[in-house]
Amino acid sequence: MTEAAKEVFAVTGLSKVYDMGEVQVTALSGVDLTLRAGELVVLLGPSGSGKSTLLNILGGLDHPSAGRFFYQGRDLTSATDRELTDFRRYHVGFVFQFYNLIPSLTARENVAAVTEIAKQPMTPEAALALVGLEERLDHFPAQLSGGEQQRVAIARAIAKNPAVLLCDEPTGSLDSKTGIVVLEVLERINQELGTTTILITHNIVIAAMADRVIKLADGRIAGIESPTERLAARDLIW
Amino acid sequence: MRALDYKRWRDFWKMRGQVLAIGLVIASGVAIYVMSLSTLDSLTLTRQTYYRNYRFADIFISLKRAPASFKVRLLAIDGVERLRTRVVAVANLTVANFNEPISGHLISCPMPGEFSLNSLYLRQGRLVDPGCNDEVVVCETFAKAHSFNLGDSLAATINGRRKTLRIVGVALSPEFVYQLQPGSLFPDFKRYGILWMGRKALANAYDMDGAFNDLLIKLAKGTRPEAVIERLDRLLEPYGGLGAYARTEQISHRFLSEEFRQLEQMATIYPTIFLAVAAFLLQVVISRLITTEREQIAILKAFGYYDRAIALHYFKLVLMIVSVGVGIGLIAGLWLGRNLSEIYMDYYRFPFLLYTLHPRIVLFAVGVSLAAAGLGTSGALRRVVKLAPAVAMRPEPPATYRPSWPERLGLKAFFSQPTRMIIRHLGRRPFKALLSVTGIALACAILMVGSIFQDAIDYIVEVQFGLAQREDLTVTLVEPSAYRALLSLQRLPGVDYGEPFRSVPVRLRFRHRHYRTAVVGMPKDNVLHRLLDENLKPLKPPEAGIVLTDQLGSILKVKPGDRLMLEVLEGKRPQLEVTVAALSKEFIGVSAYMELASLNRLMGEDNLISGAYLALDESHLAGIYLSLNEMPRVAGTVARRHAVTSFYETMADQMLVFTFFIIFFAGIIAFGVVYNSARITLSERARELASLRILGFRRLEIAYILLGELAILTLVAIPLGFLLGYGLCAYIIYYLQTDLYRIPLLVEPGTYAFAATVIITAAVLSAGLVGWRIHRLDLIAVLKTRE
Ligand SMILES: Nc1ncnc2c1ncn2[C@@H]1O[C@H](COP(=O)(O)OP(=O)(O)OP(=O)(O)O)[C@@H](O)[C@H]1O
Ligand SMILES: [Mg+2]
Repeated sequence: MTEAAKEVFAVTGLSKVYDMGEVQVTALSGVDLTLRAGELVVLLGPSGSGKSTLLNILGGLDHPSAGRFFYQGRDLTSATDRELTDFRRYHVGFVFQFYNLIPSLTARENVAAVTEIAKQPMTPEAALALVGLEERLDHFPAQLSGGEQQRVAIARAIAKNPAVLLCDEPTGSLDSKTGIVVLEVLERINQELGTTTILITHNIVIAAMADRVIKLADGRIAGIESPTERLAARDLIW
Repeated sequence: MRALDYKRWRDFWKMRGQVLAIGLVIASGVAIYVMSLSTLDSLTLTRQTYYRNYRFADIFISLKRAPASFKVRLLAIDGVERLRTRVVAVANLTVANFNEPISGHLISCPMPGEFSLNSLYLRQGRLVDPGCNDEVVVCETFAKAHSFNLGDSLAATINGRRKTLRIVGVALSPEFVYQLQPGSLFPDFKRYGILWMGRKALANAYDMDGAFNDLLIKLAKGTRPEAVIERLDRLLEPYGGLGAYARTEQISHRFLSEEFRQLEQMATIYPTIFLAVAAFLLQVVISRLITTEREQIAILKAFGYYDRAIALHYFKLVLMIVSVGVGIGLIAGLWLGRNLSEIYMDYYRFPFLLYTLHPRIVLFAVGVSLAAAGLGTSGALRRVVKLAPAVAMRPEPPATYRPSWPERLGLKAFFSQPTRMIIRHLGRRPFKALLSVTGIALACAILMVGSIFQDAIDYIVEVQFGLAQREDLTVTLVEPSAYRALLSLQRLPGVDYGEPFRSVPVRLRFRHRHYRTAVVGMPKDNVLHRLLDENLKPLKPPEAGIVLTDQLGSILKVKPGDRLMLEVLEGKRPQLEVTVAALSKEFIGVSAYMELASLNRLMGEDNLISGAYLALDESHLAGIYLSLNEMPRVAGTVARRHAVTSFYETMADQMLVFTFFIIFFAGIIAFGVVYNSARITLSERARELASLRILGFRRLEIAYILLGELAILTLVAIPLGFLLGYGLCAYIIYYLQTDLYRIPLLVEPGTYAFAATVIITAAVLSAGLVGWRIHRLDLIAVLKTRE
């Protein structure tokens, strides 16, 4: 395998400016970044530093204002909406802070909603088993705790066997114990399935489980660190 | 089943109340459409089949007398395919146990086995034996009205001689689907009968041996009637022809066509309104749903669902709602259509009913409902497509509220916090509030249309029979008679006053328009039978010139001062120009009037009268009838009392049945709209209200915030509904005018009150249903799920 093929994402000079009429909000300016296959990357940074904006662009939810953006060597900078949709459909899994489950569907059906449109998915049951919810298949979101809901959301994100998993503050609304359960799941998926994972967090402790930590400030990369020793999620304490 | 299908079915079930409300509105539109059009189709098909199988003629003409041999000349006219000569006469009939005079219309009966025009549909018995001179076939309505059985007999005063006739058959004829006694405006089956007698017997009695006085013609395919009519009029003039006319001018056919046209109008106006309201409701509900689910939509998009697939998901939900409506509507429409057809059958005299439901009607109803739904929801579905997932993922920015204008005007101090919440909420989305108001107003408008007919009918009776036709009894003579005939009527015991009239069949022509009717001559000192001007003040018959009813004026498009051609169809048949002196206000009928003496002058005759209007002492009625029966020159009588009754019956049967449906369906609209807006407000504000509950607000206080909004919407909508309703009434009435009667636009206070009452009831009912939901508001569940 060549070096280039192992690069999952490559972005150069990436900027995002929100035009708000009178004011222009610069969310990202000149970000250069390369992410390698199988990496677990943690994105750190103060509120408003552009973390979510970067993640959304990487996930094909948003277009950059300037710069270029490659996924597995393919230039997606000026991809059409349809191409971005297909990119998300077959390659990306998302996890959000507020779970965003569909309230009228059970856990199993929430996962099925994604596996039905994927190319080589696992079964919803298998995905839910991976996150330890095999007993709660037919429960509706309203019948699950926050942590359980988040695990359903993760099952939903990984069930399609995505190449990359993008998580925006997955533990943001969970207590530390539940948070660690969720992180363990993410870790397992990263290690067992080799899914490239990007994880946004405000919690510096979590950075300890990353292969690399990228710090954002004011829309720029303020530093990239590679911890010498990667901690297991279960050993994190906060 | 796919995950999204589960979601759709669950959403569908969750909003079942709204689904039902919208479904019923759609169902109402579809039902009215299917009901009226299938009825119309069935009646049209029935009429067409009836006309064809019983060979309804194309051209009709009455004359004084022509020799039978003349038939050959007539057959030679270009375009005449077949003809039938008849002998037709009027006679007074007497039926045992019925003391009032009955007018009989005697027609020579087709021979058994004869392939004749206007042939008879025998319901019972047989045709008259040509060799027998006392057999008769009676029309079914008359037979039913008097419960005749085969073998019963009745007496007829034929040409002054009394003759007993034996009933051998009961029949119907395509020529009398709508049965109207000449000179009367509404059917009266008890006092007007059509009888078919053996031709020889009838000819003998009326001195018509080897002759005829009535002619039916069937045209060859593709022949235009005008040319044949002109030829006929010329050929038959020496024989006292009364002017040939085509089917379009044949009374029964014309009225039938007018009724059909009305039905068609109903079939378009009402469903249009209902489907428009349904489209509006769908728009509101689906928009709301999509706003609520914007994050779900975003997540589906984030996971790679195509825009199209998600839009389709919501469109299928719309389809499900529409299917509920169309399904119910089709079933109800079919059922109602069958029943309405039966009612019409009862009213018109068709021998059979061919009920049909054309697939085109069903397809069209489905198509139009879908189109309305598509139109209503296309905006919302476009929003689904346009929704950018990255934006939708972050929670919707908190709604921007501002102090409302009443507050800014300094009234703030008067409003409690909950009241401020109500007005600010309304003020935040004024367009949405306006839409809800419009929906409720539409329902109110339709309700008004429902009840104006009753008002109109009462008013017509009041004007027509209270102010204009004040005579108790109209007596028509067999033929124009000398003035002294009036004296013998006036002299009858119990007659207080008698006023003569002369009625002459004419054709009025103005430019290319023409109309066949009668000119009625009335004395200049008339007091019983009066004309009214537009302010309902009595209008004297003018010394010179002619008065037309306003309806006739608008048919011919003439105004006072115009000069029109008057072609008399009787006697010497003069043709001359007359000036329109005035238009008179009349709701029923289409006649022209002249002063009696000037009409006599025009006809070149000497004080002839066709009959008289009488004022009576009611207690002498029986005696008067008895004497009239003895007078050979009397052809028939019409009593005002019966005229009023048959008017009510005629109008009531059809108009009011239809009206009932409309009111019923409008109630559904009212409820559908009000309930939906209450339901949506509840779902929009459930979180807010639950939070308030948690803060310690009581249920009633919460209900006030929610239902107060509903109350304001309803109260604003009602006056707007009155306005819309008035317009709608005007529109509908404009389209429902017929030659037979015209419906005045008259919106009584009661109509407004009725509509408002129904709307308020619907609002209270919806409030109750929504209030019950507030009662059960699950605080934890509301706060747990993020909106
Ligand atoms: N749709 C938008 N319109 C205008 N400005 C936006 C929009 N989305 C983001 N921004 C701005 O861009 C900047 C970066 O936003 P972003 O959401 O990426 O921050 P973040 O690092 O994820 O912050 P947090 O940790 O609070 O989630 C912020 O200043 C934000 O206000
Ligand atoms: Mg963020």
